[in-house]
Amino acid sequence: MKKYVVWAGMALGLFAGSASGAFADDGPQLLTPHYTYNAKTIISGARLFATNCMACHSIKFMRYEFLTHDLGISRADVQKDIMLPTGSTFKDNMISAMPTQMAHKWFGLPPPDLSQMVRYKGQDWVYTYLLSFYQDPKRPSGWNNHVFPNVAMPDVLAPYGGIVNEHGKLLRAGDESPQKFKEQVTDIVAFLRFVSDPSVVQRHDDGPWVLGLLAFFTIVAYFLKKEYWKEVK
Amino acid sequence: MSFKEWFVKRSPLPEMWREHMAEYYAPKNFNIFYYAGSLLLLMVVLQFLSGFLVLAHYIPTAQGAYDSVYGIMYDVHYGWLMQYMHVDGVSLIFVLLYVHMARGMLYGSYRSPRELVWIIGYTTYLAFMAEAFFGYVLPYSNLSYWAGTVITSLLKSIPFIGGWVTTLVRGGPGMSGDTLERFMALHVTLVFLVIVGLIVFHILYLHKVGSNNPDGIEIKANKGPDGHPVDGIPFHPYYSVKDLFGFGVWLIIFGAIIFYAPTFHHIFLERTMSTPANPLKSLPDVTPPWYLSPFYAMLRSIPNKTAGILLMVFAVLVPFVLPWLDRNPVKSTRYRPVTRILLIIFFINFFVLAYLGEQPPLPKYFFVERLGAFIYVAFFLLLPFVSKFEPTRTPPARVRFHAH
Repeated sequence: MKKYVVWAGMALGLFAGSASGAFADDGPQLLTPHYTYNAKTIISGARLFATNCMACHSIKFMRYEFLTHDLGISRADVQKDIMLPTGSTFKDNMISAMPTQMAHKWFGLPPPDLSQMVRYKGQDWVYTYLLSFYQDPKRPSGWNNHVFPNVAMPDVLAPYGGIVNEHGKLLRAGDESPQKFKEQVTDIVAFLRFVSDPSVVQRHDDGPWVLGLLAFFTIVAYFLKKEYWKEVK
Repeated sequence: MSFKEWFVKRSPLPEMWREHMAEYYAPKNFNIFYYAGSLLLLMVVLQFLSGFLVLAHYIPTAQGAYDSVYGIMYDVHYGWLMQYMHVDGVSLIFVLLYVHMARGMLYGSYRSPRELVWIIGYTTYLAFMAEAFFGYVLPYSNLSYWAGTVITSLLKSIPFIGGWVTTLVRGGPGMSGDTLERFMALHVTLVFLVIVGLIVFHILYLHKVGSNNPDGIEIKANKGPDGHPVDGIPFHPYYSVKDLFGFGVWLIIFGAIIFYAPTFHHIFLERTMSTPANPLKSLPDVTPPWYLSPFYAMLRSIPNKTAGILLMVFAVLVPFVLPWLDRNPVKSTRYRPVTRILLIIFFINFFVLAYLGEQPPLPKYFFVERLGAFIYVAFFLLLPFVSKFEPTRTPPARVRFHAH
């Protein structure tokens, strides 16, 4: 009897699974970060990124000078808080200090470049990924992730956010309140979104002028057309 | 002798100007759909300009392509503008191509004596498909790599020489820097020149027989004492100023997309374009860009590869014979309600297929995909019979036009 129940359950599950997209990316529901996309958020994210992420992850298409040009961080602040102490210049690309060979040795594969990560995976994915680490003694690093199972990356943000086990039980509280921690992660996501398309600053500066000029041209063209077409009976 | 006289005596341009602009008589009742043609010309010029600029920074090697494309985005002054113009321009060209073709189908512009205009135009559309595909592979993102692999592997199903042709097109057994070199040559020279040539012929052939109009009646049948059609107006200045206004509106749309939504919710610039080519990391589902996905959905709707390819090839080629499938003496569907309804179903079905072609290959879509493929094919097969027996209203003797 029990056997039939199991079979029926499996068949139902298969049916429900195929109906709801069994081949689709099965994973936890992605969360959406809520924030205002402005220089303040991005700069805060840039500082957090430099402190916590850039030891391993490059953002190779970015140059330090973009931070001063586009975001308005002062050169002194960039030098003090964001540049690696390895003697970078403002023209340099933002490359991590970790040698690729060592990265292979330590993690099995080098940490990916994050220049286009938000474009590629979407900001919801990055946000949820950063919030989904849990302690897993079976993994070599001691960490695992709900969004990206068996990921090689350890939870570097644990000191801020605390440590949870697989079922979400808090093992050790972080230095920051859960609210504050989510804000920090949001800032990092905002920074990576900026990194994936820094043209946003210039686009939004120039956009109104370009569209305004085109609107003016269109209005002139409209009246020109009206004038000519008066004759068409 | 003034310079003007001296020049006019030696130049064919004044005559060409008269023939194609100042004394080309077009029907006065063109509606909004008729903007698409001139906008397409504008977009081809813009694609050429932005393409020229991005080409100046592009490196066609497996190691350099992806980084050089993103180098344009990050390091070149206004590189993002060149690139977004070129990327979003493609999608907008296909929007216009579909509007332009839908208009031709609605008002019977493919009918005698304009069969060759339709055929040349449809060939241009196919050339645009090829141009878009080659351009798509050039950034050598992971999507480029796998889309290139999938599309070139379709050639393998050519009988006898399929394998050889595939190797020739790829420049080797798989996608590589060699593929990029030949695709760049095709994208930048051959296919582009073919498109330009076809557009020139499209316009020349159109101007030989004269433009159709929403009422589908021949304005040349009703000429005034001056020998010009009474319902016709010179293209220049009337339609040139009207198209100038169209340019303005269209550029506002184009600009708004470039400046505020350059990826257009990742429909115009897909997410997988943002990760470099990786032969070891296949994409879970490679879907073509939206403008090719209706045909991809049809290809996929049949589980047998060869049969699927045959259906797709049929779907792509069957519009060539459209002028001979329609057998009703009335051209415009304004006076053919049954065909108009069938056409609207056909257009909606095309959109549904485009949507389905973008979805992962899930069993829940199979039925709708097959239904969509069936409706697409059925439309062309039914048209000869429907057009012969459908009830029609009598078109007016003169075009319907309300003075502004």
